[in-house]
Amino acid sequence: MSGNKEEEDPRINGIKTKIRVVPDFPKKGIMFQDITTVLLDPKAFKDTIDLFVERYRDKNISVVAGIEARGFLFGPPIALAIGAKFVPLRKPKKLPGETIFEEYELEYGNDRLEMHVGAVEAGDRALVVDDLIATGGTLCAAINLLERVGAEVVECACVIELPELQGRQRLKGKPLCMLVEYR
Amino acid sequence: MFAVENGLLGDPRLQAISDAIRVIPHFPKTGIMFQDITTLLLDPVAFKHVVDIFVDRYKHMNISLVAGVEARGFIFGPPIALAIGAKFIPLRKPGKLPGRVISEEYELEYGNDRLEMSTEAVKSHERALVIDDLVATGGTLSASINLLERAGAEVVECACVVGLPKFKGHCKLKGKPLYVLVEPTQLDEITF
Repeated sequence: MSGNKEEEDPRINGIKTKIRVVPDFPKKGIMFQDITTVLLDPKAFKDTIDLFVERYRDKNISVVAGIEARGFLFGPPIALAIGAKFVPLRKPKKLPGETIFEEYELEYGNDRLEMHVGAVEAGDRALVVDDLIATGGTLCAAINLLERVGAEVVECACVIELPELQGRQRLKGKPLCMLVEYR
Repeated sequence: MFAVENGLLGDPRLQAISDAIRVIPHFPKTGIMFQDITTLLLDPVAFKHVVDIFVDRYKHMNISLVAGVEARGFIFGPPIALAIGAKFIPLRKPGKLPGRVISEEYELEYGNDRLEMSTEAVKSHERALVIDDLVATGGTLSASINLLERAGAEVVECACVVGLPKFKGHCKLKGKPLYVLVEPTQLDEITF
């Protein structure tokens, strides 16, 4: 699944064909990878979740952290299937109660990712989920949040990787599992 | 309509769900007792109860489409859609969805907001379920119903984990039934 050229699971091609590429969104020059078309195909959506569940169900994952907002589409079904907690990692000021935050760089300026205090405990084994990895900045912020509270990040899981942006190198040594590459 | 009014009176799962929801006073502003479902998501058993109850209700209703309101509707909608074999459609804040969209305005306490839906996501005559974590004024759900109807879908029901008590009985939203699992807790406790 992850980037080895072994025999690819036949479900992966079905998922890949459902991803819609939208040119010049949100701005000129960006070929936007739209996963909402995968969600419109119940079989492709189920296959996506099944592939991740099969990989993680025997790895003793206690928490799945999903990055707002498209990580919320894939993280909860995985968490439910493997019996793990789901923790939303959110943009600033969305989470009520006490939070910690991690800043990360955008093309222009910074943004922040927040997590609830007490949601993740020391010793939790965590999976981070998002729809896509580009530069890896957001995933790196997520890893930092989880490690700061003493969790062990086992892996990051994304449906799509943009390998040319080398996000894989920015994951603090954590492995990445992805289903589809876009070059 | 609440689950207890529709065959689930005494079902221990509802108490477990209610107990798992945390109340944060005065968020996002003074006087609001915010019903925080993130603690429910930290309890895999209670989270699964929510999904199971909705799936049991909807699996034989021929629902072809589950529409979830950004962002907490994205947490509850997809597991239901996957279990009943329906498509999932995200209803999003402006500017987030690529491609052609339609948008619907709705009122906030001060000012307005807009919800968008992809035009290509819905076929005519599809049977749709709308899902969000909580219903208060019904403004967001009404906007969602409008979007789906404008695209030709038939909204069968709106479903929420938490709903204000005013939605008991056969209370409808734009003529559509509402199905709610639990009431908010501590709604009247406003302490300073």
